[in-house]
Amino acid sequence: MGEADATRAVETVWRIESARLIAGLARIVGDVGFAEDLAQDALVAAIETWPRSGVPDNPGAWLMATARNRAIDQLRRGKTYARKQEEMAHEIGLQFAIERADFVAELDDEVGDDLLGLMFTCCHPLLSEEARVALTLRLLGGLTTTEIARAFLTPEKTVAQRLVRAKRTLREARVPLDVPHGGELEARLPSVLEVIYLVFNEGYAASAGEDLIRPALCEEALRLGRILAELAPAEPEVHGLIALLEIQASRSRARVGPSGEPVLLGDQNRSLWDPLLIVRGRRALERAEALPRPLGPYGLQAAIAACHARALRAEETDWVRIAALYEALTRVTPSPVVELNRAVALGMAFGPEIGLRLVDQIAAEPALREYHLLPSVRGDLLARLGRDAEAGAEFRRAAELTANERERELLLGRAAECDRDIDPA
Amino acid sequence: MRFMMFMYPGITEDEWAPSAEDVAAMSRYNDELRRAGMLLSLDGLHPPGEGASVVFSDGRSTVTDGPFSETKEVVGGYWLIQARSKEEAVEWASRCPGENCRIEVRRVFELEDFPQDVQEAALENDPGGAPQA
Repeated sequence: MGEADATRAVETVWRIESARLIAGLARIVGDVGFAEDLAQDALVAAIETWPRSGVPDNPGAWLMATARNRAIDQLRRGKTYARKQEEMAHEIGLQFAIERADFVAELDDEVGDDLLGLMFTCCHPLLSEEARVALTLRLLGGLTTTEIARAFLTPEKTVAQRLVRAKRTLREARVPLDVPHGGELEARLPSVLEVIYLVFNEGYAASAGEDLIRPALCEEALRLGRILAELAPAEPEVHGLIALLEIQASRSRARVGPSGEPVLLGDQNRSLWDPLLIVRGRRALERAEALPRPLGPYGLQAAIAACHARALRAEETDWVRIAALYEALTRVTPSPVVELNRAVALGMAFGPEIGLRLVDQIAAEPALREYHLLPSVRGDLLARLGRDAEAGAEFRRAAELTANERERELLLGRAAECDRDIDPA
Repeated sequence: MRFMMFMYPGITEDEWAPSAEDVAAMSRYNDELRRAGMLLSLDGLHPPGEGASVVFSDGRSTVTDGPFSETKEVVGGYWLIQARSKEEAVEWASRCPGENCRIEVRRVFELEDFPQDVQEAALENDPGGAPQA
């Protein structure tokens, strides 16, 4: 094996093994930062050794054994971060734990729990949202700081500081790496789901021609979501989230036109939807529905997405069902934006007057004051009622509010259409 | 990116039915793929003797029932995985508990891999159709 090939082989193994490695180490040493350092040391050792010796048969076990030896070495030489009395005591306990632990067995049996524990730790409520995202991509996705910075259009230094601070916060708070149980699990799961959803949306928001690492975030979010669904199969929202992501991802080819303009769901070429992802999404939704608990916000959104996915043509969409699902969603997570979506569904299911009635009820909501979709939806309903002059004004208002250049063009085009349709009499 | 991993088992038609141990080892491997968030779909195939082959020549098709004596290798099954690189897909293929077999790793075409005119030809086709599950 040439040197370049060997380095690539190490990198590949690293991407596959690093999360499990860090998770296993973190549970033993009780500190994700220290665990990451140890895992990095093992990686360096692999880069030095494997080009000569070849990749070992069980590279994960090799990396784990190497990291363990480094841990013992470092603690014996007293080169770790801790120097205060109380931390010395902590270190002695740590050394005992490391020497006693069966690291290789660690890789097999408890690895699932360790990974899940690491996910919860990376998304700990002590950390800011940005820090949760960065730490998750770093420790569970195996992305480098540079890659995370490029993916989130953030300076590398900012990401690096964010990661250092996050690890320090977790260390100082001595956050245990356990999987939370019962009520605590319920309370902390949403933050894990939210991080995965944020990563997905960041990738989904990427436009053509941007750094490829950005759209790759969607795949990374799907991967993390699928792992989570295997690790926490009893949680309906986990399946709900992955169902939503699979179905949203199924439309990624159809949602942008040839010159980069956004294509609305109703106008999308449905033959471009990815049937495999739709099937996967529907199966995940079925898993969520089969559990003896009601669907949560993600599950309900997935059910709505599945309604759209089921329609062969836009005209076949079951809007009555979608309106009902939005109503359920407003009960679970009341929000003016959800109400606005419900108004769209009602307008499609029962006619524009019904939709308009709800839009007018929520129009005064402060959260919607600057929201371009409010006038956009209102304009659409008014146009369908033949109230073209009012509709045109709404589309122009929406065009003023949107930050997206393409969308502005689209809205101004609709306004011009309304102007043409105004009856001169 | 997606990769198709084709399994070519080095066995004859009579040996096609796998043993319980083989199946157990393969399920463990499949489970590993699933737990790594890589697996999109997989299937194992009945032996070629139960299949048929449709051969096109000069625009005409001829159907032959299996087995196919002229082919050296036959597909036994496949995995469709999502991987971050070809190397990652190859590494996963190497972890398969195979004894005498060959796994071919092939990247799946994405629409973006084609030139503009080909993409447009793909878009023109069947604008109203939607996937059915």
